[in-house]
Parts: sequence; C-alpha cells; structure tokens
Amino acid sequence: MLEIKNLHASLEDEDKQILKGVNLTVEAGKVHAIMGPNGSGKSTLSYVLSGKDGYEVTDGSAMLEGEDILDMEPEERAAAGLFLAFQYPVEIPGVGNMTFLRTAVNSQRKARGEEEMSAAEFLKVVRERAKTLKIDADMLKRPVNVGFSGGEKKRNEILQMAMLEPKMCILDETDSGLDVDAMKLVAEGVNALRNEGRGFLVITHYQRLLDHIKPDVVHIMANGRIIKTGGPELALEVEQNGYADILAEVA
Amino acid sequence: MALAKVTQDETDARLASLSMPEGGWPAIARRDALARVQSMGLPHRRDEYWKYTRPESLTSPDVIPAAVFDASDEAPIFATLDALNIVFVDGVFDADQSDDLAQTGLEIERLENAASADIHWAQDIYGTLETAGQNPVKRPLAALNTAFAHDGILIRATTIVERPVNLTYIHKSDRSDAMLHHVIKVEQGAKLTLLESGPAASRFNKVMEVSVSDQGEFHHVRAQGRDHERRAVTHIFARLGEESVFKSFTLTANGVLTRNECVLELTGDNAVAHIAGACVGDGEFHHDDTVFITHDAVGCESRQVFKKVLRNGAIGVFQGKILVKPDAQKTDGYQISQSLLLDDDSQFLAKPELEIYADDVACSHGSTSGAIDEEALFYLKSRGVPASDATDLLTLAFLAEAVQEVEDSNIGDIVTERMSAWLARRKR
Repeated sequence: MLEIKNLHASLEDEDKQILKGVNLTVEAGKVHAIMGPNGSGKSTLSYVLSGKDGYEVTDGSAMLEGEDILDMEPEERAAAGLFLAFQYPVEIPGVGNMTFLRTAVNSQRKARGEEEMSAAEFLKVVRERAKTLKIDADMLKRPVNVGFSGGEKKRNEILQMAMLEPKMCILDETDSGLDVDAMKLVAEGVNALRNEGRGFLVITHYQRLLDHIKPDVVHIMANGRIIKTGGPELALEVEQNGYADILAEVA
Repeated sequence: MALAKVTQDETDARLASLSMPEGGWPAIARRDALARVQSMGLPHRRDEYWKYTRPESLTSPDVIPAAVFDASDEAPIFATLDALNIVFVDGVFDADQSDDLAQTGLEIERLENAASADIHWAQDIYGTLETAGQNPVKRPLAALNTAFAHDGILIRATTIVERPVNLTYIHKSDRSDAMLHHVIKVEQGAKLTLLESGPAASRFNKVMEVSVSDQGEFHHVRAQGRDHERRAVTHIFARLGEESVFKSFTLTANGVLTRNECVLELTGDNAVAHIAGACVGDGEFHHDDTVFITHDAVGCESRQVFKKVLRNGAIGVFQGKILVKPDAQKTDGYQISQSLLLDDDSQFLAKPELEIYADDVACSHGSTSGAIDEEALFYLKSRGVPASDATDLLTLAFLAEAVQEVEDSNIGDIVTERMSAWLARRKR
C-alpha cells in the first residue's frame, strides 16, 4: 500500500536533515505503529508524506499503490487515498464543520472522476458515522474544531477519516491530549475502519494507544531512521524499558 | 472662505455640465444644495477626507466611458425573493419593468413626479438630512446630487411591511452619468426592508436619506457588482429616533472606483445602528467605505463591521468615525475593519477614529490586515480540497462576520451564495 524507500528530508529554512533514510512498507490491511523518542522525526515523516510546506525531500521515494506521491500537491495525495489525522487539528473559524466535510468528500470524488454526493445522501451518511463517534448535531454545525475539546477534535479527525474512506491512514499522535475514555472512543472509531484494503500507520509515544489499536508491526524510529522493527511485543518492551536499551543495541 | 482657484474652476466646470430639474417643492432644496456645492467646492485630491481615494473621475464634467456590463448570465441577486420590484435604467425609472407601485402599508412616488404632488413627509427630509450630514465634514458630492438628481424613489412605510422593496439598477449606455436621490421615511413602529442591486450606470452618484421614527425599523441590503468599470459614489444619511433600528449591509465585487459613505445620527435614546460591508476586489479595484456615526442620545448602540478581501493590486479604504456627544451617556460603540490580503501587491488603508465627549461610554475599535491562514489552508488541502477552492472557503469564512449583520437569514444566505458564485467565477 505505502512503500517508503530511503526517504531523506530536511527543513527548508534551516537546512537541517531530519529524515535520514527511512525505509518502511505498510501492506494493505495491516496496522503499523511507529514509536520513538522525541525529535526522532516521526511527525516530520507524517508531514512530508502529506505534503506540508517547509520540508524538502532530498532523496528517496514514497509510493502509494505504486504511485509516487512526493511530486503531488497535498490535495492530490488526499484524492489518491492518503489521510493524515493531525496531532493538532486546525481550527477554522467561519467554516461550518458540515460544509468542510462535504467540500472535502466531493472535492476528492471530483478529482477521481466520481459522481459528487448529493446533500441528502451526505447528510444521511454523516449523521450515521458521527453517531458512532458520539459527535452530535451541534458539533457538526459549529465551525471546524472551534471551541472543540481535545477529545472532540480527535473524534472529528476520525469522522473525517470515516467520511473520506482513505486507503492509507496516518495517525499522528492521535492519543496526545486524550483521557482514557476519549482514547477508547477514538480507537474504536479507528478499529471500525480497519479492513483488508486499508493500511494504517500509527505514530505514538505510548504503548497505551496500541492496547486499543492493535498493531501488526511495530517500528522504532530514532534520529531520522527506522532502527528496529518487530511485532506488538516490541511496543511492550519500550513501555517497560524505555528506548535506551534499543538505542544502545543498534548503536 | 474663498475656494482655491483650481477647485473653483473644477466645480464651475462640473456645474456647467448639469441641468437642474425645475418646479415644485424640491426647487428650494435644490437651490440651497447648489449654494452648498458652490461654497464648499467639489472634493479635491488634497482634501483630507479624500486622502485615500482620488475624486477626479467622480467630479469631472465628462464621464469616463464604462463598458456596459453584460449581467445576463446570472439572475439578479434578489430575483428569488417575493418583493416589490422597482427598476431604474441608467438612472431613470422604468415603469414597464417595475411593479405597480401600489402596495399596502406603503406610499411610493417617483422623485420626478413628486414635484407636482404635495408630499409633505418627503419635503421635510429631502436635502435636510444631507445638509445635517455636511457638518463637521463636508460631502459636496451629496449636495451636488440633491441639487441635480432628477429621479429616485420616495418611500414612506406606515406599518410593518413584510415584502421588501427591491431596487434593481440596469446599465445600458457606456456614457451614462446617473444620479438618483431616494427618500425613505419609516413611521413610528413601522418596518421596511430595502434591497438594491445591479450595475447602475457608467458613473453613479446616489444619495439616500432615511428617517426612522421612534420604534421604527429599517433594513437595507445592497449588492454592488460585478460591473468592472463603474465609478460610483453613494451616500446614506440616516436619522434615528428613539428605540429605532437601522441596519445596512453592502456586498461589493469589482468596480474601478466605489466610495460608499454612510452618515448616521442617533438622535433618540436606545436606538440601534449597524452598518456592515463585505467586499472582494481583484486587480484594478478601489473600494472606500467612509462612515460617520454621531451618538446624540442616551443608551444607543452602533456597530460597524467591514471586511475586505483584496488581491492583484486591489485597494481597500476604510474611514470610520464614532462621535459621542457630551450627553450621549451609556453609548455602546463598536467598530472593526479587517482586510485579507491575498498577495503583496494589494493595499488596505484604514483610518479608525473615536471622538468621545461623554464619560460613561463603551467604545471599542480594531483594524487588522492579514494574509490567509496557511495552517488552515494546508488542513483543507490535506482533506482533498484544491488550493483555489480552499482559498475561497477561507475567504467566505473571513467575510462571514460581516454577512452575519444581515438580520434576515434568508437574505443573508442569498448574499453568501452570490458571493460564493462570484468567487468561483473568477477561476474560469
């Protein structure tokens, strides 16, 4: 699904190399987790993949279903099936959440040459999917993320994911700022979207999210590279011993 | 004080190009207005009040030709509303395209026909509010209009009028130089909604005098656009009685020169005045909102909300003043003017002013200029919304605060829809 090869990227302004040769392949139907200490490049990887300004890819490639996404605009990557759940979802005053969702869904459909969703059909689907995430009518009406609590913002990210039905989902520290109950709710939302055709890349600091979203593969990232890859037990090891042992082991 | 020679000459040249309508009750008001123009002189680029907007093309004897704008590819903005329709073509009332002017709760007359009729209520207002609005800042183009406007509409609302009055302007001649002078009276406890839209003329000078009696309500929603080459100067002079409400909103798109002045006087206690504008300018575009609000009674509220989106060298101007007289205690004044600059070539020039002589008042004002929020733009793009659509969405969101000032949400929706359609059109 997603194949990242030897990906190097730096900050445009500072000429500072952050990703130093990331190699990673997420297969369809699988959940991969990336863990790693602060500053290891986890969030940068998510930004570079989604096409945020300010990063320069200096080497390597990233293919989504065989298509190179690094030359695409962010909106083209989205239409191709890539989705990033933001660590800090952005507030957009003046744009209603519903308008935002519908514009996004129909923009992607249009870009793929599919028929746009009618207002009635959209309303039906969004209500149904919002309900399972405990997003009420008021949250759908309010401006995007404005005045939302941390938990509401993250649930709203998952609702977007549910509406856009991407092929490849990247979750950037979706557990940050969430209490246990909110995290469970978000994880349930994500689990409901797991299927054979969809890949997930879950970036997190902590094992606890992975108790709820069970990964197939766990990667440890440090200093801009994947330094170790293993099964779910790797996350438990990190939880118990921290990163020091692993870092020492590969050094 | 004698006028500078250059001003004198320019004023004389302009006056020589015009003919004053004769006869009837407006004759005295017109002669007085002419005397005001002669003593004030027409605006000159060195006038402080015209520091940001060059008045030459508005004061010259000859009109700069403006290509007739073909608006046939879209329905007039308020066409879907059930309204009393009144049409002016190049500044002349068109009976064929207008509805029968008889409507319950309203007295309506053309200015051109008014001279022969005995219309006391209009006689008391015509030129009177304009004269009052000449102090402390002179507005010679409004006096010029009072003196020389042949046509316009006189409307008196005596009850709560449910159907809006919809003025539609049509531009047919590339050299039309139109003046319209409207007089509105909303009687005690009455309510009227007035809509205005359409390209009026190559050069357009419009004055609207509005008297809102105690507990009366006047709502005004106007759309200016998309005629690129128009030059327009408009004035609203309004006097508000006790517990009355005045709300005016203007949507503007395109236009090489537009100056909208609004002069409001709150003379009755607890009156409410809201004036708002949303404008979108691209390229050769100059839009000036000049507002002067005088609080002369206790417990009144005034609110100014102006938003401008500018790109490709477009220029936006805001001059807004709140004057609170010594006895106008418990005044609540608010003023915000903001611009969204979509590139480095565009300019926003703002001059907010407060002059307060009462000691128990709350007045706040703010003015900002900013670029588009890159974080929000990326967020939208990451969800698959193309950059230009995302920019439009954020543009509409920026303008929304001004559109919210339109009280009737149905009309507000129509405004938003049209604005959105105008933005989308740009891209083709």
